[in-house]
Amino acid sequence: MNDGALLVDVRDLVKHFPIGRTFLGFGPSRGAVRAVDGVSFSIAAGETLGLVGESGCGKSTTGRAILRLVEPDAGTVRVHDIDVLSLKPRELRQARRRMQIVFQDPYGSLNPRMTVRQALAEPLIIHRLGTRKEREARIGALLVEVGLDPSHAGAYPHELSGGQRQRVGIARALALAPEFLVLDEPVSALDVSVQAQVLNLLSDLKEHRQLTFLFIAHDLAVVRHIADRVAVMYLGRIVELGPARVLYERPRHPYTTALLSAVPVPDPAVRRSRLVLSGDLPSPSSPPAGCPFHTRCPHPQKNERCRTERPALREITPGQLAACHYAEQPL
Amino acid sequence: MNEPLLSVRDLKTYFVTERGEGIARAVDGVSFDLYPGETLGLVGESGCGKTVTALSLLRLVPEPPGHILAGSVIQYEGRDLLGLTPGELRAVRGAEIAMVFQEPHASLNPVFRIGDQVSEAAIVHQRLSRRAARAKTLEMLELVGIPDPARRIDAYPHQLSGGMLQRVMIAMALICHPKVLIADEPTTALDVTIQAQIVELLERLQAELGMALILITHDLGVVADTVDRVVVMYAGRVVETATTRDLFAHPLHPYTEGLLRSVPRLDDPRRRLAGIRGQVPAATGWPAGCRFHPRCAYTWERCVADEPPLFERREPGTRDAGYARTARCWLLEEPGRRDDRHE
Amino acid sequence: MIAGAPVISLGAVAIALLVSLEAQRRGIRRAWGRRFFQHPLAWFGIFMVTTFVLLAIAAPWVTRYPPSQPLDIIALQNRPPSLLHPLGTDVYSRDVWSRLIYGSRVSLSVGALAMLLAVTIGALVGAVAGYMRGGIDAVLMRIVDVGLAVPRIYLLLLAVALWEHLPLVLLVLIIGLTGWFGTSRLVRAEVLALREREFVVAARAIGGEPGRIIARHVIPNVLTPIVVSAALGIGNVMLLEAGLSFLGFGVQPPTPSWGNMIADGAAQLATAPWSTLFPGLAIALVVTSLNAVGDALRDALDPRRYRVGDA
Repeated sequence: MNDGALLVDVRDLVKHFPIGRTFLGFGPSRGAVRAVDGVSFSIAAGETLGLVGESGCGKSTTGRAILRLVEPDAGTVRVHDIDVLSLKPRELRQARRRMQIVFQDPYGSLNPRMTVRQALAEPLIIHRLGTRKEREARIGALLVEVGLDPSHAGAYPHELSGGQRQRVGIARALALAPEFLVLDEPVSALDVSVQAQVLNLLSDLKEHRQLTFLFIAHDLAVVRHIADRVAVMYLGRIVELGPARVLYERPRHPYTTALLSAVPVPDPAVRRSRLVLSGDLPSPSSPPAGCPFHTRCPHPQKNERCRTERPALREITPGQLAACHYAEQPL
Repeated sequence: MNEPLLSVRDLKTYFVTERGEGIARAVDGVSFDLYPGETLGLVGESGCGKTVTALSLLRLVPEPPGHILAGSVIQYEGRDLLGLTPGELRAVRGAEIAMVFQEPHASLNPVFRIGDQVSEAAIVHQRLSRRAARAKTLEMLELVGIPDPARRIDAYPHQLSGGMLQRVMIAMALICHPKVLIADEPTTALDVTIQAQIVELLERLQAELGMALILITHDLGVVADTVDRVVVMYAGRVVETATTRDLFAHPLHPYTEGLLRSVPRLDDPRRRLAGIRGQVPAATGWPAGCRFHPRCAYTWERCVADEPPLFERREPGTRDAGYARTARCWLLEEPGRRDDRHE
Repeated sequence: MIAGAPVISLGAVAIALLVSLEAQRRGIRRAWGRRFFQHPLAWFGIFMVTTFVLLAIAAPWVTRYPPSQPLDIIALQNRPPSLLHPLGTDVYSRDVWSRLIYGSRVSLSVGALAMLLAVTIGALVGAVAGYMRGGIDAVLMRIVDVGLAVPRIYLLLLAVALWEHLPLVLLVLIIGLTGWFGTSRLVRAEVLALREREFVVAARAIGGEPGRIIARHVIPNVLTPIVVSAALGIGNVMLLEAGLSFLGFGVQPPTPSWGNMIADGAAQLATAPWSTLFPGLAIALVVTSLNAVGDALRDALDPRRYRVGDA
């Protein structure tokens, strides 16, 4: 890790998706899905922050909101001291050179009608970087860097395997030489053997190019492998945040504990106690009052306070934050 | 050791491809046994043929473009399923052998209430009256852990979550108390906390109902937790079989070994994941010789030239001495070569 | 007036045959080509359309007589088909075959150009509305709603009533400008689905502007409804033009168009049916062929079935 300077700082990020609109499409909406409901965190230069949670917790929306691929409703996002949310369209386009994204679906993240060469050239063309010859050289170098043969430049996405397509997606994200990369479930759609290859590639790239990652995933084992610090999300809020080792070994929030115990370990010799949560995830359009997790929380000290008072994300031990009234006595 | 409940021998299911690329040999000579009451894991990555194998067992493969070759044998309680008339086959499906699919949303009809869909199997196979079937359905919904079943029985699929729907699917599959349940990636589409619930449910039901379970999955964690014996598939063939304990402790086939070294583990972070170089070949062009040889860390000339047979290895003194371990690899004949590992 | 006209006509038919067979041979190499030619009338449709197009192009060489010149006012009025006049003569003593061929030039080109205009506008409006959403989408779609609600024939009649003698260009423009509403809805629907696909979001992430994204990412991937609209649209437009011309509002005499040919010969239906029948048959044949091709294309290109990718 580098000088510890903050590269990314997110404060009170909010994004609600309205449900249905009245009056021919021009009127007010009838309620909202609170996808991101007040999220704050920061990432130091050279660090990997893992953002985990189950489906619907808002982690993907958070990642996209930071890059303004989805317009947040409130909050601030600073990347390298630039106030991203207040940029005008042209400035935003410029800023995009420094922060990029890699998507989950290797089949959907490439235009089926464009060759690899065209897909990789596009960011360079948009930002007018280099002559045609220089671009061609840059494309070749990028392909090699992500572990592909330069001859793949002429291929169409459907001619490549899932792992290869994902590598192209990574190459495209690196074309503009960004400092900050949001990775939205980059290996979830890949087979185990290919997943390992791509994870290794991402580690290497991070080191060689001194990148900062926001690694969004639902697979806790994968995140454990690559993240320095981890944030756990539930119903649009961060419920725990801390260094990876500490969080995984001594979680402070009951949801984190439950999540960790639900992950199966690929080793029959390891017997662990499974903490199985009852019930289903509440709807993000009507989250429970008080602590959002209280409806499923197995904590023995759960009481009226949990039902009425929403716990703030507070520091429990140095560097470890949790949003639970009873975080001092974890499960 | 008792007799196998289900016995598959040399199953071959091929598909004619549309783009004129020849024949896809999705399942190319698969054999395994399933004993009463056990959980058998059918493990492999995408393209290995495990789902097609499962569909072939109940002859659910669309024909055309697929078809099960003559010479394949699927014996259930002594009868060859591939020789049954459509009527006899229908009697087996649902009542004796049932199946649960991966996507609960896609497997339930959105315009019918879940109660009606679950009852349907009971009405068809056990000839129960509507009322009796409904009572049975209520029982099953409770058994699979659906809260407030009396109300939920009249719900439509879109009103339930993924985890609930998967439970409904399981209820539907089990209402006739089949002897075999085939679960094709039942937890892949679900969140990990819901996955844990479903896995626990399947274990409980198996114990209570005494049925055999074929669990198809790519998730080695789920395998370690729930499965008694494992069949590992690659490129349309079985490449290794063993008890779960043996497989994880001491894998014989380089593919299994590679997989185990590629899976990130919660309890062992930061070691560099090995990965397996290359990618799964297409079913229209399996490599010559050993199908895994282009990606294997131990390949030598023999592997390129000849495909190894499935070797048996009985491990004396183990608890499960009755079951033979098998692995399709020349290393079992030339174990010295294991020291020549090259990346 | 060329003596070899019959020979050249047959030559055109033969070329059309060869072209269609070659198209089929090449087409079935691709999955969508095979699905296309599985349609019962698909091949026939291609053959028919190609034939008519070739004949139209070669009009001066496949006809013996000029289309609008009365020949022998008395002797050749309403003559039945004969060797010299394969389709007979009409009430004004003009060669029907000649008028049919020259008329096809008008009908086909009005059809093609008006369709092109309609589909282009429709695709652009649909793509912009679907991609930009919000206020722009709402406004554009309300316009489309109005456009679809008003019966097209009234719009056209209103327009043509304002002109005494409608120039062809204006006819094309009017038909085109009243025919894009349906296409825009279809394209918009596809675009709404497409814009959430990750490669479109990726294009924004690398800094693309909406115009570029629509042109390079959206439109190339929504070609299916556009192409199908186009194929089915020509037939529609041709019928419209024929109808207008029949009523006297479209193509003005003496320029032949299949529509006004039918009008001219309508009074003689009992005594000299050929002057009405043949243009009627021609319209029926061409429009049916175009519809067959359009239908076959729609099924062949259906994205649900046309899945590039692997097992």
